[in-house]
Amino acid sequence: MRPFDYLRPDDVATAVRAVADDPDARFLAGGTNLVDHLKLGVARPGLLVDVRGLPLHDVEVADVGGGTVLRVGANVRNSDLAAHPVVRREFPAVARALVSAASAQIRHQATTGGNLLQRTRCVYFQDVSTPCNKREPGSGCSAVEGFARYNAVLGASPECVTVHPSDLAVALAAVDASVVTDGPAGERRLPVAELHRLPGDAPEKDTVLEHGELITAVELPASPVAQRSTYYKARDRASYAFALASVAAGLELDGDVVRDVRIVWGGVAHKPWRALRAEEALRGERFSEEAVLAAADAELEQAETSPGTAFKVPMVRGATALVLGRLAGGGR
Amino acid sequence: MSDEPQQRPTRPIDVRSVGREHVRVDGRAKVTGTAPYAVEHDLGELLGRELPLLHLWLVTSRIAKGRIESVDASRALAHPGVVHVVDHTNAPRLQGDDEPELLVLQTPRVSFRNEIVAVVAAESLEAAREGAALVDVTYAEEPFSAELTDSTPTYKPDSVNPSMPTDTEEGDVDAAIAAAEVLVEETYRTPFEHNNPMEPHAAMAVWEDDPGGGSRLTMYDSTQGVHGVRSAFAPMLGLEPEQVRVLAPNVGGGFGSKGVPHAPEMAVALTARALPGRAVKLAVTRQQMFSLTGYRTATFSHFRLGADDEGRLQALEHRVVEQTSRLKEYAEQTASPTRMMYAGPNRRTSHRLAMLDVAVPSWMRAPGEMPGAYAQEVAIDDLAVRCGLDPVTLRERNEPEIDPDTGKPFHDRRLVECLRRGAERFGWADRPSEPRSRQEGEWWVGTGVAASSYPMMAMPGNTCRVEALHGGRLAVSIGAVDIGTGAWTVLTQIAADALGCPTEAVVLRIGDSDLPSASVAGGSSGTSSWGSAIVAAAQAFREEHGEAPEVGAVTTAAAEENPEKERYAMHSFGAVFAEARVHRWTGEVRVPRLLGVYSVGRVVNPTTARSQLLGGLTMGLSAALFEEGWRDPRFGHTVTQDLATYHVAAHADVQRLEAEWLDEADTVATPMGSRGIGEIGIVGSPAAVVNAVFHATGVRVRDLPVTPDKLVGQL
Ligand SMILES: Cc1cc2nc3c(=O)[nH]c(=O)nc-3n(C[C@H](O)[C@H](O)[C@H](O)COP(=O)(O)OP(=O)(O)OC[C@H]3O[C@@H](n4cnc5c(N)ncnc54)[C@H](O)[C@@H]3O)c2cc1C
Ligand code: SF4
Repeated sequence: MRPFDYLRPDDVATAVRAVADDPDARFLAGGTNLVDHLKLGVARPGLLVDVRGLPLHDVEVADVGGGTVLRVGANVRNSDLAAHPVVRREFPAVARALVSAASAQIRHQATTGGNLLQRTRCVYFQDVSTPCNKREPGSGCSAVEGFARYNAVLGASPECVTVHPSDLAVALAAVDASVVTDGPAGERRLPVAELHRLPGDAPEKDTVLEHGELITAVELPASPVAQRSTYYKARDRASYAFALASVAAGLELDGDVVRDVRIVWGGVAHKPWRALRAEEALRGERFSEEAVLAAADAELEQAETSPGTAFKVPMVRGATALVLGRLAGGGR
Repeated sequence: MSDEPQQRPTRPIDVRSVGREHVRVDGRAKVTGTAPYAVEHDLGELLGRELPLLHLWLVTSRIAKGRIESVDASRALAHPGVVHVVDHTNAPRLQGDDEPELLVLQTPRVSFRNEIVAVVAAESLEAAREGAALVDVTYAEEPFSAELTDSTPTYKPDSVNPSMPTDTEEGDVDAAIAAAEVLVEETYRTPFEHNNPMEPHAAMAVWEDDPGGGSRLTMYDSTQGVHGVRSAFAPMLGLEPEQVRVLAPNVGGGFGSKGVPHAPEMAVALTARALPGRAVKLAVTRQQMFSLTGYRTATFSHFRLGADDEGRLQALEHRVVEQTSRLKEYAEQTASPTRMMYAGPNRRTSHRLAMLDVAVPSWMRAPGEMPGAYAQEVAIDDLAVRCGLDPVTLRERNEPEIDPDTGKPFHDRRLVECLRRGAERFGWADRPSEPRSRQEGEWWVGTGVAASSYPMMAMPGNTCRVEALHGGRLAVSIGAVDIGTGAWTVLTQIAADALGCPTEAVVLRIGDSDLPSASVAGGSSGTSSWGSAIVAAAQAFREEHGEAPEVGAVTTAAAEENPEKERYAMHSFGAVFAEARVHRWTGEVRVPRLLGVYSVGRVVNPTTARSQLLGGLTMGLSAALFEEGWRDPRFGHTVTQDLATYHVAAHADVQRLEAEWLDEADTVATPMGSRGIGEIGIVGSPAAVVNAVFHATGVRVRDLPVTPDKLVGQL
């Protein structure tokens, strides 16, 4: 790998400045994704700014804008967050998404911020001997006519058809979480659902963050849909596999009428896919399996599939029925 | 080594340790991380002198076919720590052309994508890796073909692995098919499968030039056969076998992929040759393993089975289409189980190969037997469904009286016992005969069965030396290799019983080509072949030196070829039962129960044997549900080249997994009574799982692996 410089600042301002000032610099957290990329030649930074010395390790209950939020520091490890009692009680989809990801060893090492900003697992992105627009803009997309199993069925562009691999991001989007960032332009807060972008003609950009913009925390607002939420990940093997399709959902029922609902899909798009049409179709309706399937179908009208990805449509539809069925039945 | 081995007959041994559990003699070292693997050794320590150490990294081709036009190593050589770059223009010359796969860096020709085109040697691993990224290679690319489809042109190889006839034919298959009351005519496919032992292919070597003339290559290698590496490498490097020493005291798995040496090991030897006096070491990356260390070809099995209305087979036809590489032919013997498993007067098998510009395929656990039995045992299940017969009954009805392949009697064919015992243990009697008849919550539930077999193999070329040491201990030496199977343990047990001494008195020496010669740890033949030589040497030793030998008393002997081999068809057998659950909404498959019942002769050590059988069952489960190398025909290489995209079973996939065996001893096969257990576990288990998925869902998937996409939407 290319030799690089290494900094481990202990305050946010220094870290942000170090990366913002150097186009060749990158933040390093648990390293479970970035270090792989250094070895594979996918990333060749000249400077690594280790964020683990920054005071971003706490999980605390805070009052923000009149509501209660759980504020999670960017450095909180995936395993600690999954085991946190408030997360398990108030945001079960988040706890489930976390434990469904990677392996115990990786979850001990991986951080909240790093997880959201992990890059695609597209096989061509990771193989520097093949063209990939995301890795090398303008070189072409090998996946369009190639290995399709992890390709998107929603919101893809001819320039890039891959999906975002994070399970956590999908669940956070379903509980209306926000990311808090600090960057050259100061602090800002944006919904997790708006953090990642669709590839369009700039697939090299995974998110809306600027170079040097540091995630400092994630905020999870308590709500009835968050409390009655869960996550299901359909995958090839029972553990240690990325999602073929996944669903994070929250449900608030009034008798058998849907008062509020969140449905977010993973494994199908370049970002966690909030199924707004499906939510709309269900809100105020009487809950039934048929209603859920019809709602999923309404969302999936926009899906574009190839022979290699066609299976994702029935799979995400089925997983949606499964998840909402469990929630309606009082399970998680 | 001057002692000429005597060939001698053996007597069955009196068992005391053999047949009992014995803790792995190398277990403590392994679990404490102190057992060194190939690149963890210290060659300097072995040779008693200071040796500077260099790390190697491979540069691999970015085209699938063509010619290297130029290699510019200047940027690499300018990188701090990089010492040398070997490519086809400056590599030492190799001799002979029998082993094209091993002729590394000899010409500018590129025969497949990711072929080795240069080796970078550097003072650190990081520098070597960066150096490799800085070697600039230009190519003249040629059109190539890397895709195996139904319309890819094929040819007929002269024979199939290891040296079986390509085609067989008996009776009139077409007429019998035309007259059959029940017919199965289907194609069963298996994908490219890749061995992924925990320890990658790795080697460390030093080349030393003696001032008085003569040279010596000393090499730690992660291999299944030290003598095989020596005999392949010595002539190519212009050395006598005695000038090459290959050591492999511990090997972290091989599954056949380390059965013959592959290009990376030669790259290490060649770089050592280029840098005399320096130790060089290389561990192949996981990604490179998908191109450089062998794999199982995809197979298409076109089956026709014709039966009467009671399920008695009248005709069996198994036509195999698979692929090989243009660089080296390897023909998987996929139809071999069809030749011997079931009765039926009219039979035909054939193998055809597509020759592609791709990486060299090779052995993977149970070559031929695994993909062939997969196809056959699913075809038999298809037939059972069409006959309306229980699949166990159907198999019993088609038991042959003699081996349909050789016409010889079987020795100890106990398949039916395995099936019955398994059926009883598994609760088969309660199984609903109709598929898709059990649902539990979100899951469809079903069960399936398949039979398995594996030929009994014993290899020639094994010699053992027994020598009396001080303190009543006996050194037993043979160049066998323990690839994680338990050879250190079971050979100690065999030696102890053959010598009539406690296991503590045996000092076993293996894993070194300076020891008496041994055959490969492959074909499930290791314990049989090495064990027979150990028994021969031990029995000769006692005859020559008695019960109280002088210190230094030594006997070297080899077992004579087993005369019974000509009289009988010898195979192991098994029956595998699986339960599958298929998720109604997502098509995900889980296997809560997998049971294998085997007839494998005497089990030398139940602890290590169980691991082999459970490991084989797990690998079969993994093949059934997950494993698939996806080759991109536009580039020519497998793009699912890591363990995140090439899925092997994880712990959570393996639930109640059981293996048991019939209590028996086959002293016709070997003096230990054992037959070999390394591979039979992976045979049959994929079909059992696939048949269970059909029974659960009523959806028949014939192409492995049975991933959720092939089921979702039909449930
Ligand atoms: C074998 C394997 C299997 C996996 N399986 C799954 C899975 O099933 N599901 C899943 O969701 N994930 C999976 N992962 C991915 C894993 O979750 C991520 O690698 C991990 O979460 C990344 O966190 P990290 O702290 O190690 O990030 P790093 O690797 O350190 O960084 C990742 C990226 O985030 C940037 N970054 C890190 N922290 C910050 C910050 N605070 N602000 C701004 N930028 C930052 C870095 O610059 C880098 O670009 C798997 C990974 C592996 C290796
Ligand atoms: S899908 Fe995206 S990540 Fe994959 S090759 Fe195409 S551009 Fe690259």
